[in-house]
Amino acid sequence: MNAGPPPPAARKARPLAPEEPAERHTLSVTVDNEAGVLGRITGLFSARGYNIESLTVADVSPDHAVSRITIVTTGPRRVVDQIHAQLERLVPVHSVTDLTEAGPHVERELALVKVAGKGEARVEALRLADIFRARPVDTTTSSFIFEISGSTGKVDQFIALMREVGLVEVARTGVAAMARGKDPA
Amino acid sequence: MSGRDLSGAEILLEALSDLGVEVIFGYPGGAVLPIYDALHRQKRIRHILVRHEQGAVHAAEGYARASGKPGVVLVTSGPGATNAVTGITDALMDSIPVVVITGQVATHLIGTDAFQECDTVGITRHCSKHNYLVKETARLAEVVHEAFHIATTGRPGPVVIDLPKDVQVARARYQRPGAIAHKSYRPRLKGDLQAIAAAAEMLASAERPILYTGGGLINSGPMASQKLRELAGLTGAPVTSTLMGLGAFPASSPQWLGMLGMHGTYEANMAMNQCDLMVCLGARFDDRVTGRLDGFSPRSAKIHVDIDPSSFNKTVRVDLAIEGDVGHVLDDLVKIWKSRGLRPSITEEWWNRIRGWRAVDCLAFTQAGPEIEPQHAIARLREAVAGRDPIITTEVGQHQMWAAQHFPFEKPNRWLTSGGLGTMGYGLPAAIGAQVAFPSRLVIDIAGEASILMNIQEMSTAVQYRLPIKLFVLNNEYMGMVRQWQDLTYEGRHAESYTAALPDFVKLAEAFGWKGIRIDTEDQLDAGIAAMLAHDGPVFVDCRVKKHANCFPMIPSGAAHTEMLLSDADVSGELDTAAEALV
Repeated sequence: MNAGPPPPAARKARPLAPEEPAERHTLSVTVDNEAGVLGRITGLFSARGYNIESLTVADVSPDHAVSRITIVTTGPRRVVDQIHAQLERLVPVHSVTDLTEAGPHVERELALVKVAGKGEARVEALRLADIFRARPVDTTTSSFIFEISGSTGKVDQFIALMREVGLVEVARTGVAAMARGKDPA
Repeated sequence: MSGRDLSGAEILLEALSDLGVEVIFGYPGGAVLPIYDALHRQKRIRHILVRHEQGAVHAAEGYARASGKPGVVLVTSGPGATNAVTGITDALMDSIPVVVITGQVATHLIGTDAFQECDTVGITRHCSKHNYLVKETARLAEVVHEAFHIATTGRPGPVVIDLPKDVQVARARYQRPGAIAHKSYRPRLKGDLQAIAAAAEMLASAERPILYTGGGLINSGPMASQKLRELAGLTGAPVTSTLMGLGAFPASSPQWLGMLGMHGTYEANMAMNQCDLMVCLGARFDDRVTGRLDGFSPRSAKIHVDIDPSSFNKTVRVDLAIEGDVGHVLDDLVKIWKSRGLRPSITEEWWNRIRGWRAVDCLAFTQAGPEIEPQHAIARLREAVAGRDPIITTEVGQHQMWAAQHFPFEKPNRWLTSGGLGTMGYGLPAAIGAQVAFPSRLVIDIAGEASILMNIQEMSTAVQYRLPIKLFVLNNEYMGMVRQWQDLTYEGRHAESYTAALPDFVKLAEAFGWKGIRIDTEDQLDAGIAAMLAHDGPVFVDCRVKKHANCFPMIPSGAAHTEMLLSDADVSGELDTAAEALV
């Protein structure tokens, strides 16, 4: 046989590697705004055993034809790549962007945080809220509901502090995210 | 075809007819009566009445796989739809283009737990490629055309259309839709030329290449098989195939290594293990193929051609992934090979190694005495039908693996078997579908006595439509593959794998209006097969075979390709718990 270029470099096939570290990825998915589309997405995650840390969805086009879903997931890189590919395989999915992979992006979520208490705890709650730029949206003489928005870390931190001054309950929206700069994702 | 005012049921049939549909496999019921009435009033589309909705889907799969055209199913709501679910899942796992139309209760009754209501789109959402609930008759034509587009393009698969009864009755204008330009679904046909060129260079420089082919070559159409043969000729590389891909490459070729994987040949699995370049064409590194992943071809570079990019790196990392239809990619690969004047670097030493593995003669068996070895039965059947180019279907189990090992195929679309889902009861309805597509061809279901009982009612369908299918049942009175695993893993404790009260299959056949033949001993085998082939009608052959034969070679689950069991002598009684937990 002739002497061609050297044979391809031998390379060890990497098996399924549970020891690969889990990474947190934020995916932006645009879909047809049709009945059952959310079921397709969440069903895909449960059927294949993928994690969902948060999922937000709303229709974003003037004719209500397209919805944007933001999914925060964690998993080894190989699994995140699979999630990306599996999402793209769904017929009503227009596009999938891994914002974490794509570069700088903004992530925000909103939370409503109810605290109850009197005296010093109440004053402290208000003071902390001010530092976090959380806004009271409901007040009684013994409680507040604060509205806070920001990164997941900031919201986590605020909720942790509120536990010490009478936290009652929390409602969070989950993450909405967008790539920085002028271009769409 | 200027817009005509039609009922939903008529629009459905009009659209199916425009899409070239000639036959529907179905079963009527309350929620599809308007469609059945419309069917009754037309002559273009033939309806095959099955005896169970699962049979309808498998028949449609058999039709699709033999003919290359999509299969169409029509069933009613509720139990009609749920009975179809196994077939729909089977078609999804094996990438078979099927469109399933299910009746649904009227739109105003949806969600009220109405009679024969079930959430068909919810139930089939994750076992279909796509599904629709059509709520407006005006949308129906577009949905039907789109459903066929989705079922037949890209990685093919089942698409479900759920059709409420009031939508079938309401009227709208039907106009044949133009070309489908889907907003988001646009599968890629042509591969990236640079990547294909890189693949050609890798292939030319490999000393120990192997072509690992799969069902994608069959799905892609006849060109893919043709181009594979051309590529094999140019590169001189050995070729192996998954269960799904048998027939894409001729078994008579000296480059053919046989099937690979759990019950594949020694030479195919050893060559996969020791190659320096693996070219995966339309296959998906299924666990039945790879064995233990960290022992799977550890030193090879890997190229993967697939139309479904979610198959890349799913279980096995590949070095070069090419997204595209394998037929188009092979066409470009062959063109590039020729235009660049590439020459293979495959070594004689590689073929010497392969010849050494072949010399093990891993499929050898000894037929001695009156008791029939199952492999011998298949070998005699093979001899008897040589030159008749039969279509072979199977059920699932030992007989399926023996058929895959011992029945050679020269052309695609001749081998119809349930691979991914492994559905017992697949073969008889699939044979019905294949025979409907090709009324004058020889269609044989190589079956086991346990599997055949799972859709035995379809014998009645074959009689109704005068389908001369042949059922060749290897009867060992056991669920043989279950028993084999019990031998291997549970020290031979045969929990519930023996069927203690089998029917008299000859009488059963005769009761259905079939010819029944029983073969008990080796001296009756050839005459029994000859009588089966001579009869111009459906025949059930109850071929009694050795009760405790096991299927070898075998890679036990959790083992690597190099850890094949070649005979009963290699079988140990138990596996460790980690291996036991694997399927």
